[in-house]
Amino acid sequence: MTGASEPLLGVSGVWKSFDEHPVLRGIDLDVALHEVVVLIGASGSGKSTLLRCINGLEPVDAGRIMLDGSVDVTAPSVDLDQVRRRVGIVFQSYNLFPHMTVLDNVMLAPRKVNRTDGGRARDEAITLLERFGLAAKAGEYPDRLSGGQAQRVAIVRALAMQPELMLFDEITSALDPLLVGEVLDAVRELKHGGLTIVMATHEMGFAREVADRVCYLHDGIVLEQGPPEQIFNDPREQATRDFLARVLV
Amino acid sequence: MTTTRPAPGTPIAYRDPERQALARRAARRNALVGMASLVAFVVVVSFLVSRTPGWPAVQETFFSAEQFTESLPGLLEAFLLNIKIFLIAEPLILVFSLVIALTRTLRAPIFLPLRVVATIYVDVFRGIPTILVIFLLGFGMPALRLQGVPSDPVFWGTTALILSYSAYVAEVFRAGIGSVHPSQRMAARSLGLSVWQTNRYVVLPQAVRNVVPPLLNDFISLQKDTALVSVLGPIEVLRQAQIDASSTFNYTPYVAAAVIFIALTIPMTRFADWVQARMARRQRAGGVA
Repeated sequence: MTGASEPLLGVSGVWKSFDEHPVLRGIDLDVALHEVVVLIGASGSGKSTLLRCINGLEPVDAGRIMLDGSVDVTAPSVDLDQVRRRVGIVFQSYNLFPHMTVLDNVMLAPRKVNRTDGGRARDEAITLLERFGLAAKAGEYPDRLSGGQAQRVAIVRALAMQPELMLFDEITSALDPLLVGEVLDAVRELKHGGLTIVMATHEMGFAREVADRVCYLHDGIVLEQGPPEQIFNDPREQATRDFLARVLV
Repeated sequence: MTTTRPAPGTPIAYRDPERQALARRAARRNALVGMASLVAFVVVVSFLVSRTPGWPAVQETFFSAEQFTESLPGLLEAFLLNIKIFLIAEPLILVFSLVIALTRTLRAPIFLPLRVVATIYVDVFRGIPTILVIFLLGFGMPALRLQGVPSDPVFWGTTALILSYSAYVAEVFRAGIGSVHPSQRMAARSLGLSVWQTNRYVVLPQAVRNVVPPLLNDFISLQKDTALVSVLGPIEVLRQAQIDASSTFNYTPYVAAAVIFIALTIPMTRFADWVQARMARRQRAGGVA
């Protein structure tokens, strides 16, 4: 349908301000199918805002965000529910639905949005929970889970909609250091499955390991990007060097 | 002293028996002091009240055992009407107020007229004393002599209660909807759920849970306010007490009516307290949003 040259995600010239405070200042970013792109940068550099704009949770002030080169997320006429079925997002604070069991959390969107029938949605949810070592927790309520389990359930919940593109917004930042590993394992598993991922993170070791490409965001633009070895070992920009010097103590 | 202590690290719960005995003794002492203080208080107050110069007369006009037993059966029968009004009004108030609260949360411009109507409704009916709404509807509507409009005072009294209470309860629901963290809505929308589905499956279940205690409080209040319908004339418990009192010049039937109301509201109040305590415990147990 679309040319093979079209990236799965094409962000071009996106601006976004909150009140008079500019957060994204004409940002460009292309992501190819099966690519894992990691966004790094200081707090306030625009990582989270960019992810929210891609999912249509925040309207942009200028610029375009294309899916497949065919669907413009920023167009006034776009069906955002349709976009969100294709683009999953997982947040720092899990945001599980506290009044539902783990299984119901995972099944809700497939059943209500995709109209999958109960039995099949259930089977698929159980299969996914098993894949991430959560089958035993299917009947639990979110307040009985550890942070790491909750975040893995949040990943499974987004995955149940079979998104083509997955966005991770600092998904380990709220976790006890002991629990970070299990969540990162889940991300590794998704990368091996070939899922296209854009993730914002402060875990530099992990970024170096899983990223096909690392983008350093600075003051609302991608200041520098490249393969992880180049960004971490031989950054070209002074700002990137300063940032890495501060985080890689 | 000679009890053996389990080795550190043993996977059992161990409590020092001496400490437990101390705690039990303290609890017993506290209970005793509490009871003694309560009894002393009741004795002192009863003594002081019985020493007031007007007490014998008051006892005769308000607390006559004879009048009490005589009027009670009739009052209980009349109270059935209060219960009926309550049982009809309550479910309708719940439905009506939830619709109003949801209407007020609609943000799409096309719903502006609905939102305006809902807002005006709440403003108006929260502003008018309930008894005035009952007067206006109960005397006003039948006076219109419209074809098909009932003239039954119970009907209009109940309708007035529904209109008045729905405005209050709608605000309770709205507060509940506001108490659900925006990130819940965002998470639901990010999964592709529509605005309506987000409300139905994610926001409302949590909102309703959050407002159960204040809702029960309003029910208790409604239970009492069924007596206001008496101003339109139907013989419910307060009206019956009035009739009894005016025929004997003794006010004991009023006290009897009060006792009947209390007999119903106290269990409801305790139930509301219990629900509230249980929810507070649950909230403390886990707070992952």
